Amino acid sequence: MRIHRRAFLRVGVAAAASALAPRPARGQGATPRVVVVGGGFAGASCARALRQADPRVVVTLVEPNTTFTACPFSNAVIAGLRELPAQQFTYDRVAADGITIARTTATAVDAQARSVTLADGARLPYDRLVLAPGIDIRWGALTGYDEAAAAQLPHAWKAGEQTLLLRRQLEAMADGGLVVIVAPANPFRCPPGPYERASLVAHYLKTKKPKSKLIILDAKDTFSKQRLFQQAWTELYPGLLEWVPLSKGGQVVSVDAATRTLVTDFGQHKPAVANVIPPQKAGRIAEVAGVADRTGWCPIDPVTFESKLQPGIHVIGDAAIAGAMPKSAFAANSQAKTCAAVVVRLLTGAAPSATKLINTCYSLVAPDYGISVAGVYQPSGGQLADVPGSGGVSPAEAPRATRAAEAVLAEAWFRTITTEVFG
Amino acid sequence: MRVVVAAAVGLGSIAAALVASAEPPAGAASCSGCHPISARVTSPVPRLNGHDRAAIVRAMQEFRSGQRAGTVMDRIAKGFTDDEIQAIAAWYASQK
Repeated sequence: MRIHRRAFLRVGVAAAASALAPRPARGQGATPRVVVVGGGFAGASCARALRQADPRVVVTLVEPNTTFTACPFSNAVIAGLRELPAQQFTYDRVAADGITIARTTATAVDAQARSVTLADGARLPYDRLVLAPGIDIRWGALTGYDEAAAAQLPHAWKAGEQTLLLRRQLEAMADGGLVVIVAPANPFRCPPGPYERASLVAHYLKTKKPKSKLIILDAKDTFSKQRLFQQAWTELYPGLLEWVPLSKGGQVVSVDAATRTLVTDFGQHKPAVANVIPPQKAGRIAEVAGVADRTGWCPIDPVTFESKLQPGIHVIGDAAIAGAMPKSAFAANSQAKTCAAVVVRLLTGAAPSATKLINTCYSLVAPDYGISVAGVYQPSGGQLADVPGSGGVSPAEAPRATRAAEAVLAEAWFRTITTEVFG
Repeated sequence: MRVVVAAAVGLGSIAAALVASAEPPAGAASCSGCHPISARVTSPVPRLNGHDRAAIVRAMQEFRSGQRAGTVMDRIAKGFTDDEIQAIAAWYASQK
């Protein structure tokens, strides 16, 4: 193995204990090696599920960050309802499962030779590769929106410094200011996310800066949980929150960061705070590995999550084109566990079997007002499709007690899933 | 299982060793997104590991038929057949 040992942080006795036999040269196949790139909800879940499914599988997780910052509930951080450390998790428990963590970036993939190249030039051979790179911003896809612009007009669509930047801008804004949230066309990470964010920012404005106004400029005419959001907005934030759809001129066609100007086909907005949620694509390594198609996302087999473009490489989480499954943390975790089971089967020469997957996404419209969407999926017609008759959103007519209960369940979900993935 | 692993490795094959003895049935792996496995998690959502098999089956069937009110489980249960529900319940009942 030509692995640069320094690149690794070897932790735990479990890794040593799992080495029942000396690690063989590649090709002998006695000790299967799986490399997972990306330590988010998808990648960290998959790495741990692989070890759980069979402790003999040698798993390396490639992740440059020492801390993971979760996106779900980061809208509450923006609205001042939660602090960022509540979103942050280390990889200590992941490593304690006997997973080798390479604290670096994967820069190349050789699908034929089955190896991943790391930032320091070291090569990591694999029998199966799982890519879970999440999203990258499509810089420049929205005219004027590049990395420099994001320092003025935060996207806050990757949680961390951007989340805090948007929060600080809102805190610094005078009462009576205009806030604009720019929502992208499909597909993008967390379909209800822009609308949850608008809701919680509206809550912040209503309680702290009631003369202010919030506008959502949307590149779409419909969105996730739309009826529930709009119903709640009418009830909670009348006159404060306005949604402008594509058909009413909501699409932003260019931005100018220096003057904080958002240009639509119908005019211009110069808000005090602009949150631009830009077009996205699969994380960079997907493109480099040749598993992303012209859409920027990764077509996969719905049973195995194996790339339709490169053999031996599986893609899970936000980067994947998962049919009816949304780009959510729950879906990423569900896909990760399914993919891990399939990978273990494939390593043994066993046939993968089709399964069902679930998604559940909660959104907060106010701290004590939650709504949800749930779905059950199965491979059908070459894609992951909704199981007919299942799934759907919270009831349209429901007492506030139901909404409050869903807000409690939302927080419980976050605790549960982050404990499973990182705890 | 240890014996099986050793024997399989001895034969130069990992196939037998890697066939997961307790691979979750269709859909079961997703449940732990909300139903905590870890005892450290505080949640109003019940733990399924070691839960009574018949109780899981009954709950799922009642959520599916609408007899039992749910927040999300009424929507999720509709995605599973009787056989799948039985398999999921049996699997969770056998987990620690």
